[in-house]
Amino acid sequence: MAGSIKELSKEEYLLKGHGACAGCSLAISLRLLFKALGNKIVMVVPACCTSVIPGPYPYTSLAVPVQNMLFEATGATASGVVAAFHRRGIKDVTVVGWAGDGGTVDIGIQALSGAAERGTDFIYICYDNEAYGNTGMQRSGATPYGAWTTTTPTGKKERKKDTPFIMAAHRIPYIATACSSYPIDFINKLRKAKEIEGTKYIHILAPCPTGWRYDTSKTVEIGRLAVQTGMWVLFEIENGKFKFNPPSNRLIDKAKRRPVKEYLTLQGRFRNLTEDDIERIQKWVDEDWERYCKLASNQYV
Amino acid sequence: MAQTVIDTANHIAAYAAKAARAQVVAAYPITPQTSIVERIAELVESGEMDAEYIRVESEHSAMSACIGAAAGGVRTFTATSSHGLVLMHEALHWASGSRLPITMSVVNRALGPGWNIWADFTDSMSQRDTGWIQFYCADNQEVFDTIIQAYKLCENERVLLPAMVCLEAFTLSHTYMPVKIPDQEKIDEFLPPYKPKWFLDVNNPFSHANLVSPEWYMEFRYMMQEAMENAKQLIPEIGKECGKYFGFEHGGLIDKYKCEDADLILLTMGTIGREAKIAVDNLRKEGFKVGTARVRVFRPFPKEEIRKLAENTQMFAIIDRGISFGMEGFLAEEIKASLYNHEDRPLIAGFVAGLGGRDVTFKTIEKIARKSSEWMQAGKVEKETLWVDLRE
Ligand SMILES: Cc1ncc(C[n+]2csc(CCOP(=O)(O)OP(=O)(O)O)c2C)c(N)n1
Ligand code: SF4
Ligand SMILES: [Mg+2]
Repeated sequence: MAGSIKELSKEEYLLKGHGACAGCSLAISLRLLFKALGNKIVMVVPACCTSVIPGPYPYTSLAVPVQNMLFEATGATASGVVAAFHRRGIKDVTVVGWAGDGGTVDIGIQALSGAAERGTDFIYICYDNEAYGNTGMQRSGATPYGAWTTTTPTGKKERKKDTPFIMAAHRIPYIATACSSYPIDFINKLRKAKEIEGTKYIHILAPCPTGWRYDTSKTVEIGRLAVQTGMWVLFEIENGKFKFNPPSNRLIDKAKRRPVKEYLTLQGRFRNLTEDDIERIQKWVDEDWERYCKLASNQYV
Repeated sequence: MAQTVIDTANHIAAYAAKAARAQVVAAYPITPQTSIVERIAELVESGEMDAEYIRVESEHSAMSACIGAAAGGVRTFTATSSHGLVLMHEALHWASGSRLPITMSVVNRALGPGWNIWADFTDSMSQRDTGWIQFYCADNQEVFDTIIQAYKLCENERVLLPAMVCLEAFTLSHTYMPVKIPDQEKIDEFLPPYKPKWFLDVNNPFSHANLVSPEWYMEFRYMMQEAMENAKQLIPEIGKECGKYFGFEHGGLIDKYKCEDADLILLTMGTIGREAKIAVDNLRKEGFKVGTARVRVFRPFPKEEIRKLAENTQMFAIIDRGISFGMEGFLAEEIKASLYNHEDRPLIAGFVAGLGGRDVTFKTIEKIARKSSEWMQAGKVEKETLWVDLRE
């Protein structure tokens, strides 16, 4: 396990010249993925920002084998790759599904659920920018309440889906949340996932300046605020056992959490929120935390 | 020694997948395809078939898993029917565009609504533009031979496209017939282990099926069209080779019967082609100069052979077990299109028959032939598309 960013490999497998927006956290997360797992990985990437960022044929900025795939088919495709490698006796390659929130929690949830239920031996990473970035920021099942998107111009009326817990219901061996603002946590979770057999699911909050409407220099800060306000919680569910990870484990006491307002008001997508809305979101966050704390104290989901 | 088994086309398709040494099978059940995947499950679990069977949660996932497995460098097989096939539609394009030699057997069944589980070609015909090679079989032996040949064809460097081997619901899928299964060593000789041209290799990383701009897209599509043309050449060659190895062949693009001197040729697909032979024999006894030609390969479409066939005859009667709404039967469409720039154009009449599993017996076909012959004598086709045995 890595303790500091200085211990990471100097090798880069996200090459220069990629086309992510300035300040994009997804590009940071991709880079961290390679830092954690090296280049003995095969990626399955559905339609999403990541299918555009590496650039068009005959170029790519990803220096690992990638199977680009249909929007809803990441889980199933990974099952096929894993089966093929199994047949061919290829044991030292990790198969990674890398999909957006739309490709995970909406259109791809069936294929993901199937792959998890079958116990496909792979790591599935959902990078969650809380909207359909590729197609210009339409709402997804992961868009939070109140957020502006191009299809919720006055703010989304529904709450965000709790996808890590949907995955927990599949009784897979490893589930974790992460955020690009906490790179060591993400890297350690990836490395742990790599050593576990079966389906591993990592849901990473991916701040997106383009869609969330904040200054491109604030990506790391926004991610930190998401965690510090408790809007995003870092945890693991390992063999059914729930555990907070730092710094979320220090936020169990509600007084230690910063008000959600600090996170919300920094982002243009929440501009239309009323005081009532903000109060409502605060209440939901507090309720979620009560649930998590219960899980953490008796540990089992 | 070749072994003769008496079994249904569905079980025969499962045995063919085994004989071809498919390494990964991903499939989802649908009537009347189920007994293919059930038999494969039994073969895999008993250890008789050395393959991995991915029990996916939908047909879209079945094809996606096949794509993943084929990109992982193994020989893959799947089977579906009707609603399952059309649910796959998006992934069918992805498989062919990715140039992956997947073989799939399709049990042709009608599409709803209302639910109808019987024979109809509309399911696979409506997938004709997906870039898949399409074979249509008339008996169980042909199902076996064609699956083996399909792998040989698809994996050929000049082709690298996926193929559907189609067989009709119940008329074939659940009908017992004797089938010769050659010795496995012979099959292995004919169809050696799969050597992928590329796979997702960490030692040779590249991005497969990634973003492609207008500067390149057309070239990729042109290569697919070339591959189809190559397949058209290779199909008869592989059929002949199969004949040399196993003593029997189902090789041509078109299966012709008594066409040489025929004034009227009945054009068919699938099992209707078998019934048509009986009709031809009966009609010949009455002095009718009639023949029949069964189109085995619908994609690539055997344009040139259709043109040759048109040269010495007066009339084509085309029987379609499927309809492109707002136009006509699929086969009729294609045949007419093939002949437009050709000098010898016979009279052409289209007949839509047997939709949703309605029987098309030799008697039905004789009726079609008589009607066509009336029009032929009159020198004019009265109805471009006639629906046969339609309730008034
Ligand atoms: C079947 C299908 N429907 C719609 C699309 C269009 N589409 C491509 S990417 C995308 C949104 C992707 O959103 P997400 O998964 O959140 O990834 P992001 O773009 O945000 O990285 C959509 C709607 C598609 N490619 N395929
Ligand atoms: S839209 Fe958002 S997630 Fe997509 S590349 Fe731009 S910043 Fe990154
Ligand atoms: Mg997204």
